[in-house]
Amino acid sequence: MAAPMLRLCCPGRRWALACIDGCSRHRRGAPNGCTSSRKRGQSSVAQQPFITAQKPRKGEHEWAAVVGLEIHAQISSKSKLFSGSQVHFAAPPNSLVSFFDASLPGTLPVLNRRCVEAAVMTGLALNCRINKKSLFDRKHYFYADLPAGYQITQQRLPIAVNGSLVYSFCAGKNRSQVINKTARVKQIQLEQDSGKSLHDDLRSQTLIDLNRAGVGLLEVVLEPDMSCGEEAATAVRELQLILQALGTSQANMADYEIQRQINELENGGEILNETRSFDSKLGCTIPMRDKEGKQDYRFMPEPNLPPLLLYDTESLPAGADPQQVIDIDRIREQLPELPSVTREKLVQQYGMLPEHSFTLLNEVGLLEFFQNVMKETRAEPKKVTSWVLNTLLGFLKQQNLAVSESPVTPSALAELLNLLDRKAISSSAAKQVFEELWRNEGKTPAQIVSEKKLELMQDQEALEQLCHAVMEGHPQVVMDVKKGNPRAINKLIGLVRKVTLSRADPTVIKEILEKKLAS
Amino acid sequence: MLGRTLREVSAALKQGHITPTELCQKCLSIIKKTKFLNAYITVSEEVALKQAEESEKRYKKGHSLGDLDGIPIAVKDNFSTSGIETTCASNMLRGYVPPYNATVVQKLLDQGALLMGKTNLDEFAMGALGSDTGGSTRNPAAHCGLVGLKPSYGLVSRHGLIPLVNSMDVPGILTRCVDDAAIVLGVLAGHDPKDSTTIQDPVKPFVLPSLTDVSKLCIGIPKEYLTPELSSEVRSLWSKAANLFESEGAKVIEVSLPHTSYSIVCYHVLCTSEVASNMARFDGLEYGHRCDIDVSTEAMYAATRREGFNDVVRGRILSGNFFLLKENYENYFVKAQKVRRLIANDFVTVFNSGVDVLLTPTTLSEAVPYTEFIKEDNRTRSAQDDIFTQAANMAGLPAVSVPMALSNQGLPIGLQFIGRAFCDQELLTIARWFEKQVQFPVIQLQELMDDCSSVFENEKLASVSLKQ
Repeated sequence: MAAPMLRLCCPGRRWALACIDGCSRHRRGAPNGCTSSRKRGQSSVAQQPFITAQKPRKGEHEWAAVVGLEIHAQISSKSKLFSGSQVHFAAPPNSLVSFFDASLPGTLPVLNRRCVEAAVMTGLALNCRINKKSLFDRKHYFYADLPAGYQITQQRLPIAVNGSLVYSFCAGKNRSQVINKTARVKQIQLEQDSGKSLHDDLRSQTLIDLNRAGVGLLEVVLEPDMSCGEEAATAVRELQLILQALGTSQANMADYEIQRQINELENGGEILNETRSFDSKLGCTIPMRDKEGKQDYRFMPEPNLPPLLLYDTESLPAGADPQQVIDIDRIREQLPELPSVTREKLVQQYGMLPEHSFTLLNEVGLLEFFQNVMKETRAEPKKVTSWVLNTLLGFLKQQNLAVSESPVTPSALAELLNLLDRKAISSSAAKQVFEELWRNEGKTPAQIVSEKKLELMQDQEALEQLCHAVMEGHPQVVMDVKKGNPRAINKLIGLVRKVTLSRADPTVIKEILEKKLAS
Repeated sequence: MLGRTLREVSAALKQGHITPTELCQKCLSIIKKTKFLNAYITVSEEVALKQAEESEKRYKKGHSLGDLDGIPIAVKDNFSTSGIETTCASNMLRGYVPPYNATVVQKLLDQGALLMGKTNLDEFAMGALGSDTGGSTRNPAAHCGLVGLKPSYGLVSRHGLIPLVNSMDVPGILTRCVDDAAIVLGVLAGHDPKDSTTIQDPVKPFVLPSLTDVSKLCIGIPKEYLTPELSSEVRSLWSKAANLFESEGAKVIEVSLPHTSYSIVCYHVLCTSEVASNMARFDGLEYGHRCDIDVSTEAMYAATRREGFNDVVRGRILSGNFFLLKENYENYFVKAQKVRRLIANDFVTVFNSGVDVLLTPTTLSEAVPYTEFIKEDNRTRSAQDDIFTQAANMAGLPAVSVPMALSNQGLPIGLQFIGRAFCDQELLTIARWFEKQVQFPVIQLQELMDDCSSVFENEKLASVSLKQ
């Protein structure tokens, strides 16, 4: 299975180096390509999905691209999969390495309970069958960041199999059509992560950091059910959200690119069982060294770990020490809310469009922001949704900021929306206030409104007088309106607004004008 | 004093007839005098004397830690010892000083034992005389007139034992009498959280009952073990032992272990496969030998491993990797596992039919002189010498070699008892009865030393005959 991998790494991992692992990390059957740090320091690992082309049927010239994926997610646990050394990020090199991690002779693996639970939770969330008995194997290859010369994984009998990942694809003209798709989960297995190697070409040396060696990974294998790069991306995003909701992995992944040209397939190019890497300089994929295809991992059962046995309420041995056994049913009962359920609740509770619920969940921290605004405002959910998804998110994207970096806090936005809600300001004034808030000069919405004199005119009579004055001053426009020109009224409204220095609500202006015109 | 049982020495220490320091120094003196035997790779003189000093303090206060307090012990050099070089007799680990103690070493030290040093072995325990895994506790015991015990797999922790074959290795115990072996086993047995293959059930302390009546016992004699290569002396002693049990009222029956003839080949496949895997970590990067080549990582690996391992080790790695190749895995590795299951089942069947213990030879003959020994290659030697011992490793059963008598040449010959899984106590009880019956002569070290001194001067290695 030469399906390449998308690594989902952990948060806060800000790498100062531009390129870690370079191109030498090709030793796995599905190697990681170049890694490059993006803005905000999120790690991005550009992997290529394994794209197979189905043979065209007779008479057809169409190739159907089919994408399968292997995803490695680091398990959120205090210690490593088989040893007690801690799991931390940005620790000094080789400071979190136990004797076992360094492969000192005579050391033995001891299974971490939390990692097993994480695997079971993930398996249940993905509708898998949890294997009550699973086995560990050794996968052999030589590489500097793999001290024992083998990785302990689950090749023969993994912990979970035959599940499904449901993800939703927003299609259609306005991306308003929500299509549900399912990718089958072939299996989930527990395995060790390797250390990190840094190549110093200048001094012709390789530096090895074993802090990550032995950290627990969940490998999730998806069948080739996705038919294009975008689908694959969406599926992975959903998996990421699920893992984060479960807390089994931080799964903090930045953008990645999957670009496989169907053109090449159509030109009869050689594909299949080849893993390609993304060359960021060339901006395209290139074939990697072919060694991988010839790699024989000499899988062998791990003799130091007995079979992993899990129980459910029915099969739990009487009087078993709860510390020593894992009950699948109990884990199922305690599963946190999954993203699909959260989205459904949002739609039901706030009447928002499904595609909006997707956006809210897809952006890190946005849902929480939204919920915090909702707590402090009386404005309608639809209004809040619109402001959060359009205005706030728009500003964030423009400056490539994360929600956590927003200069506008939920409280500030709530206050602004309250002003809008009780018609203290117009919506265009509100936009101005928002822009001002974005400058982050420490002023509250109320202060800004006051300083810039953005309050709406509350005096109805004065407004009526102004409308009257404008109508008197522009008889031609009035004529146009009476003639039935639909755009003329807007011109009138515009004139009134100008006179009021935009301190009148256009809707109210329109009402007054229409009343006058009618009379 | 050096020829006594553990209990006797322990009593002497308690009563103050001898101090731990005196005992330690006597031991060190003999080690120095027998240096030409090359039995020790590392002698930890300073460590031992310091431990002796501490033991002495405890005895003076009357706070001895137990039967092992102040007792000199030696540990094979494939057990990890903190701060003391551990080499597995290989170039690959020359200079490697581990930062931790193997669990069994720690347990012995916790009981106050004195660590004299690390003893020699075939590189990575892969010689005919070497595998901890196919009989290398029982074989040397038989050749040297000692008791060699291989406990049940899973009873004693392997944490810190540098592995050869993880699924067969067991720390073995070598002592002068069965009782001593039981004492040491009592200290070592039990669950270790650091070793997931140790059993969880609590282990009761090993107190061997005195067996006087063997009439309720059933002794099994596996017929497949009567091979043509068996020396006539060993065969006759085996027969004599069987008759001994029978004459004392035990039931002695012939049994069959039909898959015996496959066990050598099966063992070879599984052993080399696990070895290939276990040796993968020796790459010169983290510890141990590293070559001087730094052209590339791959070149460094190749040179390091060529320099670090001898032919035997390299040969086994290559064989093992061959068996583990995708195209060979089913036909070799999996097949061998199936055969292993059959071999293990042979024993289950026999024990289920009412047999309590099996009685077999330990070795084909007495110890062979060096010049003859080196005529055969390692593989042939292993195949020959492990023939009686390695099935017990494959099946995970407890087995003990007990010295019976001296050969015509004056060299020791021992016989082996194989017991049911986790019935180590019963096994040792029977072994102790047997030991009492045969009264094997205790080696007289002082006479030996006198005999040796002339040899020492001439710096020749020769077989040494003992006087009865």
